[in-house]
Amino acid sequence: MAHIPDGILSLPVLAGGAALAVGGVALGLRKMDEADIPKTAILASTFFVASLVAIPVGPSSVHLLLSGLMGLVLGVRAIPAVFVGLLLQAVLFGFGGLTSLGVDVVDIAFPGVAAALVARPALERAQGWRVGAIGAAVGFVSVVGTAVCVSLALALSSADFLPSLRVIALTYVPLALAEAALTGVVVAYLRRVKPEALGFAPQLEAAA
Amino acid sequence: MTNPFAEEAGARPWLDVLDARTRIVSALAIVAAVLAIRSPLVLLAGLPALIALALACGLRLRDIAARMAHAEGFVLVLLLMLPLTVPGPAFAAFGPVEFSQPGLDRALKILLRVNLSALAVLILLAGLEPIRFGHALAGLGVPQKLTHLLLFSARWAALVRQEALRLHDALRARAFRASTSAHTLRTLGHFTGQLLVRALERAERVDEAMRCRGFAGRFALVAEERPGARDAVFAAAVALCLLGALVADRLT
Repeated sequence: MAHIPDGILSLPVLAGGAALAVGGVALGLRKMDEADIPKTAILASTFFVASLVAIPVGPSSVHLLLSGLMGLVLGVRAIPAVFVGLLLQAVLFGFGGLTSLGVDVVDIAFPGVAAALVARPALERAQGWRVGAIGAAVGFVSVVGTAVCVSLALALSSADFLPSLRVIALTYVPLALAEAALTGVVVAYLRRVKPEALGFAPQLEAAA
Repeated sequence: MTNPFAEEAGARPWLDVLDARTRIVSALAIVAAVLAIRSPLVLLAGLPALIALALACGLRLRDIAARMAHAEGFVLVLLLMLPLTVPGPAFAAFGPVEFSQPGLDRALKILLRVNLSALAVLILLAGLEPIRFGHALAGLGVPQKLTHLLLFSARWAALVRQEALRLHDALRARAFRASTSAHTLRTLGHFTGQLLVRALERAERVDEAMRCRGFAGRFALVAEERPGARDAVFAAAVALCLLGALVADRLT
């Protein structure tokens, strides 16, 4: 959905995206203790597999990005995790491209990580149905952020792409809705079942 | 054990004798050249050349066509909208709908570039096993933490997929069918959440097991590959072809 292939974007946009992505990946790697590698890798492959699940939307179906959820679970480490997932997808399945990899990482990982960082304090205070609502907001905002970043990358590459952007933006509407609903359910579920996954202290009374 | 990547990693016997690093660098060089070339004629000439290379490498025409036909939704939007929206002399008009010549040129060039790059990746990289790919990246100077992350992820994708298939079987056994409904969303949400919970618990077990065996954050990467004469010949041939294409591009 947000995989821009090789051969569309202009050189300055590709270079800018690559520079931002290198910075983000380096930041994520610095936050990743060497002992964290197995955990991050298992979560990266889980998100990779989960994003292959088709969510029906009316007559069609969408594959989720899960970037907001990744941001909530992995924090900044989501950026190298997304990078690895996109690299494997580009090389093995041909989704996305090699030169556009940097832009794709920025498009997908950055909004998710940013939305999760902003929502974290509210999530820590939230109780009851608000937990799911905040999760849904994170999912929604990260897809909208991805749509904005993709549009920006295309618009900065060539003015010829501008008229197409409105049509492209429309295709993100069902994705954003499905992503919001699913992220909300998953966050509420994790908060109940395994709060450690979201960075909370384990619930002791829940064991009773 | 079934690996989700194994089905893609078809054999390319003729290419498999090359060092994986030669393949990665060559693929990057081809994609970079495709982006640099401006003449549609030179790009067009590259298409049969790469398809011939793909066939020579033992790829089936069906797989090549499948990879080339695969296009993201928004690429299709771009290709359709460009001839309609870029101003310029009309190439063809159907009533009020006009296809402009410059727009059509832009769209064709994008179509050629996307497909040429996709072919280069398909031929040179898609057949590489993730393990070889990760080792080659480490050999090319990619940070060790990142290559570790890639190697571990590729390794565990197979296990996580099995876990997902097990959960999926459990859903099917209870007669679950996906539809547009709150029930489906709740179910798939719990499915994803449970997949994450199991992955985290597996990660904890793996972490403990690795610590027991003295894992200190570093994993020895044993390089088995050495670039040889074949790599030099292949790289020289690729370089010559690309140089020829770039010169032809400047002359036209």
